[in-house]
Amino acid sequence: MQSKQPRRPGELAFNIAMVLGSLFLLWSAYGISGFEALSAPGAIPMVTTAIMVLCGGLILRDTLRKAPVKDETIAKDILPMPVIVTIAAIAAYALVLKPLGFLPTSFLFLTVLVRYLSNGSLLRAAVISLVTVAIIYLLFRIVFTVLMPPGIVPEGEIIAWFRALFSGKGN
Amino acid sequence: MDAIHALLIPILDLELLALIAIGTFAGIYVGAIPGLSVTMAVSILISFTFSWEVYPALALMIGIYMGGVYGGSRTAILLNIPGAPAAIATALDGYPMAQKGMAGEAIGIVTVVSFIGGFIGIFALALFAPLLADFAIRFQPRDYMFLALLGILLVGSLSGDSLAKGVFAGALGIGLGAVGMDPLTFTERFTFGTDALRAGVSFVAVMIGMFGISEGLMQLHTINTPAIKQKIGRIVPSWALVRKHLPLGLQTSSIGTVIGALPGTGGDIAALIAYDHATRVTKNPEVPFGQGAIEGLVAPETANNAAVGGAFIPMLTLGIPGDSVTAIMIGALFIHGLNPGPMLMVEQPDMFWFIVSALTLANVFMLVFGLTGIKAFVKIVEMPRSVLLPVILLLSIVGAYAVSNSLNDVYWMLGFGVFGYFLKAYGYPLGPVILGVILSRLLDDNWRRAIISERESLWDLLLGTLSSPLSLVLFVSVVLIFVSKTPLWGMIFRKRAA
Repeated sequence: MQSKQPRRPGELAFNIAMVLGSLFLLWSAYGISGFEALSAPGAIPMVTTAIMVLCGGLILRDTLRKAPVKDETIAKDILPMPVIVTIAAIAAYALVLKPLGFLPTSFLFLTVLVRYLSNGSLLRAAVISLVTVAIIYLLFRIVFTVLMPPGIVPEGEIIAWFRALFSGKGN
Repeated sequence: MDAIHALLIPILDLELLALIAIGTFAGIYVGAIPGLSVTMAVSILISFTFSWEVYPALALMIGIYMGGVYGGSRTAILLNIPGAPAAIATALDGYPMAQKGMAGEAIGIVTVVSFIGGFIGIFALALFAPLLADFAIRFQPRDYMFLALLGILLVGSLSGDSLAKGVFAGALGIGLGAVGMDPLTFTERFTFGTDALRAGVSFVAVMIGMFGISEGLMQLHTINTPAIKQKIGRIVPSWALVRKHLPLGLQTSSIGTVIGALPGTGGDIAALIAYDHATRVTKNPEVPFGQGAIEGLVAPETANNAAVGGAFIPMLTLGIPGDSVTAIMIGALFIHGLNPGPMLMVEQPDMFWFIVSALTLANVFMLVFGLTGIKAFVKIVEMPRSVLLPVILLLSIVGAYAVSNSLNDVYWMLGFGVFGYFLKAYGYPLGPVILGVILSRLLDDNWRRAIISERESLWDLLLGTLSSPLSLVLFVSVVLIFVSKTPLWGMIFRKRAA
């Protein structure tokens, strides 16, 4: 079942990493309970990681046999700039979600990414982001009562005000 | 007469009818949004419906359950993000159809076959509940182990052009499922001494990362390609198309009902096993599997909806939940002073028939709402990608966070998303990873229980298997399916043909 595809840039390094990672996991699985018993907690992990090592070896052998592809590069075809920027944006989102809060973080995340990916106007990106964040917030926070980090937004007070308004006590 | 009276309760009571309709409608959208699970929605509803009468509370929960199982297919088809684990197999052929501009057709056929599957599951619940429950309770740990092995053999169907990469991905998934504290001995496995890993890796984080984030990152390569215009001509599939796939649908509905009736296995495993069944029994699909085969939609969607009716069988007859949603429903019945189990059927048969009737109505509402809201829904995929992709990514992040209000899950999701992106870029299939994670616990726990009950003797395990008709059937199925995936099968049949 050898793939006829040519070898992509970075594929050899990735598959070597998979074999080394599998060997490390096999060693970790052996460390759980060794060959103590067939019912030991490490039995299935050892079998599965051994299968990973075996298959990883077969994949590596096939990769070595493939001819490298000529017109592809890592920077252009595997990790182009939009992919790197998007991964960085998600990581930044997770980092600032707690201190800044769900509403401002999500708004900034969407505005930056929509603006970067579409090359359109900042205002358009901001309007799209505002509407989307409002819908997601309504659905997750209000309807399904999922607790999102409030951060710098006085969310509790806003929700209490809305509740009071709808129960006829707002003024 | 009592049964007929109980069956008519939700039909004649407008309030109950409305609650089932609202529940089904809401369930479709809950199911469609990744990170919002039916289990979560039903658990939230318990707190809302705590003070209600039991019939209205059950009516709403049943509607959400039925709609939610179906709703997961929407985003699986349109965005390649299964809204629920039961829709993982649906994405394999549904998304390629959407990429060809056939999202409307895909959702149309999925809606109709989901209705058929759901109806068969309910029919089985009504007719064979005591019989099937008796069958399910006889399952030994070794039988569950064989069931898990049957599921794992699906890797062969999900592997694409390299079996080695498919098996590698499946083994990786089983390993991921083992991370954390071993539930039987409390031994740490693959935790590397870190607290964050002791509770295990969140399955939803893996699922959203592998399907949502990696697909989103992959689509950045074609960000400037105009969105594919979806042809929304005929949404209701032709009778000829339905009739053509009815035999397969009936087979996979039966698979779904039986798997749904087994405690601990739900629509997700039913859908995957049904998909594998379809790849084996469909000799010449018009479009190959994985590229938009209708059979690849019919099988999982009939099975996961049939599993809903199936899951109620052990719940109502034995008091054992068939899946996580029915586990919560048992809790709801307890709250309302009812005791699910054999005595419920004897003492309050009207409750059983009410549930059968409510499930049937929810199934009909699912068909109506499923076929009417498609045009607006598919507009989503026609949005410019530069807008759609960031929104998908944000939904994925919020979905991963919502599972347990933990940023750790967001980091896991990102990690698996990036890892899945590289796996995809280098031709590894991602389906087997998820399959491995789902089946890991079932395989591991039951292998160990089975081998302990045979005093650590493989020979005794084999003898035990051969002496039980049920185990023997499952064992022979595992062996036959395994051989069918190897060159040996071809050699045997070529020889016969010659």
